[in-house]
Amino acid sequence: MNRPLRRLSLVVAFLFFALFASTTWIQFISAGRLNAMPGNSRQLYAEFGRERGAILVQGGAAVATSEGVQDPYEFQRTYPAGPLYAPVTGYYSLRYGTAGIERAENDVLSGSADELFYRNLSSLLTGEKPQGADVTLTLQPRVQQAAWDALDGRKGAVVALDPETGDVLAMVSSPSYDPNTLASHDGAVQEQAWDRLTGDEDDPLVNRATSALYPPGSTFKIVTAAAALESGDYTADTALKGPQELDLPQTSNTLKNDEGTACGPNDQVSLADALRISCNTAFGDLGLTLGADALQEQAAKFGFGQSLSIPTSVATSRYPTGDAVAGPLLAYSAIGQGSDVATPLQVAMISAAVANDGVVMKPNLVARVSEAGGSGSVIEQPSPQELGRAVSTGTARTLQQMMELVVSSGTGTRAQIDGATVGGKTGTAQHGVGLPPYAWFTSFAERGDKKVAVAVVIEDGGSTESAYGGRLSAPVAKTVMEAALDG
Amino acid sequence: MATVLPVYPTTRRNVELALVVLAVVIAGGAWAVTGLTVDGSLPPNLFAYAGGLGGLAVVLHLLLRWRARHADPLLLPVATLLNGIGLVMIHRLDLALDSSAASRQFTWSALGIVMAGAVLVLVRDHRVLRRYTWTAAVAGLVLLLLPLVPGLGRTVNGARIWIGVGPLSFQPGELAKICLAVFFAGYLVVHRDALSLTGRKVLFLQLPRARDLGPILLAWVASIGILVLQRDLGTSLLFFGLFVAVLYVSTERVSWIVLGLLMFSAAAVFAATTMGHVQARVDIWLHPFTAENRTGSSYQLVQGLFGMANGGLTGTGLGEGRPQTVPYANSDFIYSSLGEELGLVGLFAVLVLYVVLVERGLRTAIGVRDGFGKLLAAGLAFSVTLQVFVVVGGVTRVIPLTGLTMPFLAAGGSSLVSNWIVVALLLRVSDLARRPAAEVRNGPDGETGVTQAVRIA
Repeated sequence: MNRPLRRLSLVVAFLFFALFASTTWIQFISAGRLNAMPGNSRQLYAEFGRERGAILVQGGAAVATSEGVQDPYEFQRTYPAGPLYAPVTGYYSLRYGTAGIERAENDVLSGSADELFYRNLSSLLTGEKPQGADVTLTLQPRVQQAAWDALDGRKGAVVALDPETGDVLAMVSSPSYDPNTLASHDGAVQEQAWDRLTGDEDDPLVNRATSALYPPGSTFKIVTAAAALESGDYTADTALKGPQELDLPQTSNTLKNDEGTACGPNDQVSLADALRISCNTAFGDLGLTLGADALQEQAAKFGFGQSLSIPTSVATSRYPTGDAVAGPLLAYSAIGQGSDVATPLQVAMISAAVANDGVVMKPNLVARVSEAGGSGSVIEQPSPQELGRAVSTGTARTLQQMMELVVSSGTGTRAQIDGATVGGKTGTAQHGVGLPPYAWFTSFAERGDKKVAVAVVIEDGGSTESAYGGRLSAPVAKTVMEAALDG
Repeated sequence: MATVLPVYPTTRRNVELALVVLAVVIAGGAWAVTGLTVDGSLPPNLFAYAGGLGGLAVVLHLLLRWRARHADPLLLPVATLLNGIGLVMIHRLDLALDSSAASRQFTWSALGIVMAGAVLVLVRDHRVLRRYTWTAAVAGLVLLLLPLVPGLGRTVNGARIWIGVGPLSFQPGELAKICLAVFFAGYLVVHRDALSLTGRKVLFLQLPRARDLGPILLAWVASIGILVLQRDLGTSLLFFGLFVAVLYVSTERVSWIVLGLLMFSAAAVFAATTMGHVQARVDIWLHPFTAENRTGSSYQLVQGLFGMANGGLTGTGLGEGRPQTVPYANSDFIYSSLGEELGLVGLFAVLVLYVVLVERGLRTAIGVRDGFGKLLAAGLAFSVTLQVFVVVGGVTRVIPLTGLTMPFLAAGGSSLVSNWIVVALLLRVSDLARRPAAEVRNGPDGETGVTQAVRIA
């Protein structure tokens, strides 16, 4: 009976071999895949159980913190300022994941970033729990608050940039939401909040400043003017055709001015004046003369068509190509209508580039990543990055003067600030027949060594009166610029 | 039957004692680590538990010195260590779940070790058990059928394999396993020649005579009966596998294995296609990660897999994982609980302990001179293998998940007691296997262990 016993031993060996193999398969070969599977609560627990770094704003106030609590998740994420910073910070939800900075900077906030590996190695040996790093934003609380207050609950967005560094000084989107509800450890609270927010027609979860694409309207005339000046064939004084109605090629349609009048005597208007009074026919004709390629190229130099992460993701603004700018449509696209779309951030970048003598800085929300726990030692500090040059210094200077005229004696007088140089451009964007237009204002201001560029969009442009952008959005921009210059 | 001369001239009892102490030190250390991690202090009952387990094991060791001094020196330390590891993990889950399974498990461990001692004292020579071949058969069947008795049996999670008296519950199938091993060994050692020498040869297979097919058919029907009446795949597989293995060892006929596998496959296919709960098990096995299964029927399996993946190579460390997420983490899924906190390294160590246990059992079977002892030791060792395979194979998706307990590790008294009895029987047989030839007395039936009368049925 020993021979079959030895064979039986082989069967036993085979059975155990299968178990060694299957165990190895699970714990070694496919462990990574299993860990990454949806519904693997252990990874969530592990992440939630780690002390996540705080999100701070300039001046040191925290807008997202983790506090120790007595439940299985160990730490509760809280947002002291609620909806004010929600579009930027995003949320950190057990059930619905992350958004905003919480998502973009998750690996440093959670402490799993490679840069933190060696720092965490020592805590592994000492048995301390690894801790996430703090992320300090470029946002200035005064400017942010001013923008939020000035928008006053209206649907829209405000972006304020430092033209020289690209730092985002304020980023407000309204309506907003309270991220605390989504971060709740109570599943029912989370679910209710999520259902309510995703069911809301006003899309409070969308950061309008970077994720919403609007027709830029007349603010795009800065780009068209830039293309004209850059071509070398135009100066601020060059006379343009500014009739009451512009005949469009290949069609019986005409492009009209808002006020239904000609832009100047003899249907002539200078480039500077055309921008000052936002003359549609002059810019439409200018666009037709310059051609789609020149406008496309100029728009691209300002940042259109470029995907950005700041480090949150930004929707790509687009100047149309092909059929969308054929024939009469080219005239529409030259005044920011037609198929042009831009984010408020992109519109702010136009003013910022003009104010910065033509250089486009990459917008950025993160000032630094630093070790948590008070030591404050800096792990990462992004330096200002150039995206490129939009226009020559000379052209930029000319555009600055033209935009200053808009504020001093044009459609944007409501943005005037005592003792400061302010330039701007209004915009009233149609986005459908019978719908209230979007009211835009993009501007820059300078006083002493302080510079700021601001874009404001208010979705509900009210009635069909003229100069909506100047009336609705310019005062908001003014308040925000004042806050930035005072700060 | 070949005669093997004893190869171990010394008893190695001191090695056994040293290993038992080592096993208790390892388990006690793990217990201390758990307390330090979870509560930040040494567990107050550390010395009571470690001392208790160690004390009992040492008493059993002393008993071996007295009553079975040639017994295999590895069996007791391995069983002690496995039992200790199980206690640590059950205690660790108690801390997470606010339950008190560890103290019950400790009581059952003590009872198991006492029972093992009793078996060693009462069964002076394993060949005595041959007299109880048919008694064991009846006892095994009665134990198996007990859960079907109305009022006594209890259905837990769909399987009717428990009996309950007041607050106590017991899985009689665990003890039935031992009875059936005794019966198979006793029956087959008598009938082996009839089963192996007769019958027609078809192709390369020597088919048994129709009348000899009776026992295998009976075992098969009994296994199917368990599957149908008690809805217990694991026990069904265990009994049939045990029977076929012992049948093969006694007859040395591959045809039995082929027949057995065919019959079992037929039953399995039939069950998998017609019986709802078996179908469900198969579906869970094949598609555990579908969105529907993951949160429903395969939740337990998937959580176990997530736990093991979380443990990775070296584990999270005792007290640092979340094994309590898995339903029945301290019984059905103690393997994945250990995997999460001790890692692949820890599970390999645990599997190696079982390999050693089974290997010593099979070595005993090869070493012992009498056929009954060979079959008994082989049957018991193989039953441990099958049980580990069914449990671990289920947890790691080698086979569909069934409900058997992990020997010595899983929370559960009936399993613990019966496995300690298995170890006691292996110790008893190994004592004879390793005893120098000069000391071997004639067996109770007048066997010398070298020749024996064979009755042809």
